[in-house]
Amino acid sequence: MQTVNDAEEQLKFDQRIIDEQKIEPTDWMPDAYRQNLIRQMSQHAHSEVIGMQPEGNWITRAPTLRRKAVLLSKVQDEAGHGLYLYSATESLGITRSDLIEALQSGTAKYASIFNYPTLTWADMGAIGWLVDGAAIVNQISLQRTSYGPYARAMVRICKEESFHQRQGYEIMTVLAKGSAEQKQMAQDAMNRNWWPSLMMFGPHDSDSAHSGKSMKWKIKRVSNDQLRQKFIDQTVPQIEELGLDMPDPELKWNEERGSYDSGEINWEEFYQVINGSGPCNYQRIKHHKKAHKEGEWVREAVRAYQEKQNAKKQTNVA
Amino acid sequence: MKDNQQNLIRFLIGLGDDSVVLSHRLSEWCSNGPYLEEDIALSNIALDYIGRARMFYQYAAELEGDKRTEDDIAFLRNEREYTNLLIHELPINDFAFTMVRQYFLDVYYCQYLLQLCESTDERIAAIAAKAVKESRYHLKRSKPWIKQLAEGTDESRERVQLALDELENFVGELFLMEEWETQLANDKLVVDRKTLEANWNSEVQSFLAESDMKFPDSKIQIRGGRNGIHTEHLGHMLSEMQYLQRSMPGLEW
Ligand SMILES: [Fe+2]
Ligand SMILES: [Fe+2]
Ligand SMILES: [Fe+2]
Repeated sequence: MQTVNDAEEQLKFDQRIIDEQKIEPTDWMPDAYRQNLIRQMSQHAHSEVIGMQPEGNWITRAPTLRRKAVLLSKVQDEAGHGLYLYSATESLGITRSDLIEALQSGTAKYASIFNYPTLTWADMGAIGWLVDGAAIVNQISLQRTSYGPYARAMVRICKEESFHQRQGYEIMTVLAKGSAEQKQMAQDAMNRNWWPSLMMFGPHDSDSAHSGKSMKWKIKRVSNDQLRQKFIDQTVPQIEELGLDMPDPELKWNEERGSYDSGEINWEEFYQVINGSGPCNYQRIKHHKKAHKEGEWVREAVRAYQEKQNAKKQTNVA
Repeated sequence: MKDNQQNLIRFLIGLGDDSVVLSHRLSEWCSNGPYLEEDIALSNIALDYIGRARMFYQYAAELEGDKRTEDDIAFLRNEREYTNLLIHELPINDFAFTMVRQYFLDVYYCQYLLQLCESTDERIAAIAAKAVKESRYHLKRSKPWIKQLAEGTDESRERVQLALDELENFVGELFLMEEWETQLANDKLVVDRKTLEANWNSEVQSFLAESDMKFPDSKIQIRGGRNGIHTEHLGHMLSEMQYLQRSMPGLEW
């Protein structure tokens, strides 16, 4: 039930959104705004963390020492992004362990792209180039999101993402200009990752369940379809530059629109993966649960040690 | 002189192998740690060791006259040609084992690299100067972990004890010199590792004693790493690590 006071606060809040002011953790905010943010920010945090697995899959098999170092530091960055986003989400009054529980129980989602397997080394190129590339397009728009801690997290994270995309594109360049086998590997990885990358932007604007409110609250600033178009437009010339075949035969420059036309995404696959039946959904969550469970004794030891230290301090004081 | 050059290359590749093998093990923790913070921290240490491996290999490759690259050295030698000290290649086991090994090596490298800074070879001295700073930082992290685990729960203490038991077999080799290495040490190019043992023992013993734990002074001395005699674990690591370079040889990556 809304009280008179709430109604007043609501008006103030609405005005602040209109005025492009940032909402900060201690500010009044409608509960639905808070819940919407928790959903989106935690989903983003989980994506960073689960995204460590498909790339982690190649750290021990990277083909050169330099590639290994670059890949490892990229995955490490993603862990940092996850950490940073978890604490930004915690500013909304929820704990990291609640968030992790929601991930493991399946109530919280993460980017569906990470439910696809990384089959060859070229996937490290395709992911950095396409997946981080798509993430950047989305995250740049989120630098203007209405919630202060989220906006600041995006600014910080975007800086590192461009390095991620560059290293991915560099891997693709070397492979595309390499032996026939390497070129084939690059083509295959791009073909496999292309559609899932486009799916990262979510359903069409007309079908997007959360978009309306998110746009109104300026949590989301640019629509799914617009972001997707932007990504396609910036990526197609890069595919040409690499000398690879287009992953979608319908990709064609549309002079009138000043944009590329493209084929339709397989939405059945999209919903299937979102709802838990992608090739790696089960594996990703199983891995996360296993690591978490195996670490439990360490966390217990840390707690026990802290308690002992506190008890010692108490007796010293007494 | 020719001999010394050969020995120096051998020495550099040995240190590169120590680093590459340990970095591989540490990187296995990525997405598997007890805290996300630990995934980051262990990756960081792994990155430092990859950096070291590259510096040692690059220098070795130059001395060889650029017949091979750092990657040829890392990816195109087999088990018997790898010359790391065995402690570096042991599987990560659990978090306690990883941290106890790290602590032992951090203490070792802090002492070893500090002395290596005095090498009459400027390039080696420079690498050591960079690396010793890293190891001091690593030690600042590993030490509190040992304390927390040793004094945390019964389970964590037991796991530390198991790690100590296993490592008892492999610490001794850190302080055993090869004949060719002694020659280099006589010329002040490298450090006589034998001389570090007493200090290492007293530092580790007094730290463990704070938590009422012990590590034997006279350790079992399994040796072989510098001569390419390894545990059975190394072959599996190399087959994973080298798979691309071996299955598609001679390409740029
Ligand atoms: Fe990220
Ligand atoms: Fe991201
Ligand atoms: Fe990234």
